[in-house]
Amino acid sequence: MSALHSHTLTQLADGLRRKRFSSVELVGEFLARIEKSQPRLNAFISVAAPAALEAARAADRALASGAAAALTGVPIVHKDIFCTAGVRTTCGSRMLENFVAPYDATVVAKLKGAGAITLGKTNMDEFAMGSSNENSYFGPVRNPWNPQLVPGGSSGGSAAAVAARLAPGATGTDTGGSIRQPAALCGITGMKPTYGRVSRYGMIAFASSLDQGGTLTATAADAALMLREMAGFDPRDSTSVDTPVPDYVAALEEPIAGLRIGVLGEFFDKGLDADNERCVREALKVLEGLGAKVRQVSLPNLPLSVPVYYVVAPAECSSNLARYDGVRFGHRCENPRDLNDLYRRSRGEGFGAEVKRRIMTGTYVLSAGYYDAYYLKAQRVRSLINADFIRAFDSVDVLIGPTTPTPAFPIGAKTDDPITMYLNDIYTIGANLAGLPAISVPCGFAHELPVGLQIVGPHFSEARVLGTAHAFQRATDWHTRIPVGYA
Amino acid sequence: MYDFGLVFSVLHAIPTMALTREQIASIATLARLDLTPSEIPVYQDSLSRILEFIGALERADTADVTPMAHPLPGLTQRLRPDLVTETDHHELYQQNAPLTAAGLYLVPKVIE
Repeated sequence: MSALHSHTLTQLADGLRRKRFSSVELVGEFLARIEKSQPRLNAFISVAAPAALEAARAADRALASGAAAALTGVPIVHKDIFCTAGVRTTCGSRMLENFVAPYDATVVAKLKGAGAITLGKTNMDEFAMGSSNENSYFGPVRNPWNPQLVPGGSSGGSAAAVAARLAPGATGTDTGGSIRQPAALCGITGMKPTYGRVSRYGMIAFASSLDQGGTLTATAADAALMLREMAGFDPRDSTSVDTPVPDYVAALEEPIAGLRIGVLGEFFDKGLDADNERCVREALKVLEGLGAKVRQVSLPNLPLSVPVYYVVAPAECSSNLARYDGVRFGHRCENPRDLNDLYRRSRGEGFGAEVKRRIMTGTYVLSAGYYDAYYLKAQRVRSLINADFIRAFDSVDVLIGPTTPTPAFPIGAKTDDPITMYLNDIYTIGANLAGLPAISVPCGFAHELPVGLQIVGPHFSEARVLGTAHAFQRATDWHTRIPVGYA
Repeated sequence: MYDFGLVFSVLHAIPTMALTREQIASIATLARLDLTPSEIPVYQDSLSRILEFIGALERADTADVTPMAHPLPGLTQRLRPDLVTETDHHELYQQNAPLTAAGLYLVPKVIE
């Protein structure tokens, strides 16, 4: 079996079990691709080559003895927001440039327990704040489809790595679109589960009522396989939900005939690129051809989701990032005069421009006299948006629309105006505010760049969301396209 | 009632409630962030635009709406038995500390 990298995660897991190739071969091939790509894409912050090869040898022994788990010997990569014992975890920040976590995140431990091998840690916007991966202390990630363009963010390194076939699967986190938006811009599949479905333990906190871990893979079937191993109750995450994890892989083949699809009128507005719209409308026709019933729905409060997000997320961020004080871990300034100087200079030097902007926005909206006007008001509008979704799911099974307004944009194009950058997430933020599962799958090309189709479902409907995406991928081949130079 | 065009139009609006240098300095003090003199006008501009942008929320009618603090309504925080679950790892944890001595974290003198 040659060119192992072009196979899906599901195919690779199967090939390992059938002994068509070894984990050492597989890991070696992906490590070589990572090394070669790094000067061009900068998708990685750390690569764990010796540990990965050692784990591959152990995996081959387990496979030989018939003691293999679901992902034994399959290489994956983790967004550098997930703590990994022994490999540094930077969160894309100078603040944590030398931080080595004393424990594995639950997601890391579960995937390791399922036999997966960690090749390295992927680049990201600092503390997951960004939509272009330009906010990383370790430099921007470049889009494999065109190195002048951004890969999206904040899970930009994970998306670029999977798109360039540097790994068959990656973890990511999604607070306002940080899995789905880069997946759309890089032409891959990105899955954000229901809030509480995947443990946040050991996943560095940005906005705790919105953050959710998920997957970036080539296909929905791969997402189902990875998510089945990642999801589940964790007593160490106080918002983890104690309900059983269905077998997402087994549920993939359920027919979608009769599926009721709601199309959000609000998403087809003047901000949407005409070619993106064409791709999404054609995708809806494909789903109709498979027997789904498409109808128009309206979520009148959804257009306020971006302003709500830019109150709630910075507020939670300012609180979460208060822990970086230069005392117990993280960056410390030289020669502090006193404790206050230690705090202020360590934080001023350790955080980048966008992180500081969000901390200050959050500090302002939570400060005395403004709490009711901004924070409480935003939480009330969040209730209205959530109620809109619940009402919509009375009459439809899933909501479908574009993932992003436009395809990938040039590096530097939106760095001067934070609001223009924030509007990249205009279609994705709603699912975070309401805690809903959502996936982005490739659905065509606009301006020779991939376009994403977003499928959103009710709470804990991951199986249906993945099944709808899988049915679409059985009928189309957009997810098989690999950027030139990486095939 | 609302449309995305409305939200996009904010892009071109002139901030009506521009923050002053003093306000930015005060926010930075509350947030324990040291800003260089050249950073202050940058944040004056961008924070003013952000406040203008989130000001769109004012137009929403939220009378009698309960604020939503958690995305899974009805979910309450769990309690666990009050048992010791962690053992002493201070040596491991302090490997990440900028400055320690005799198992203690060192900071500048606090009490004169």
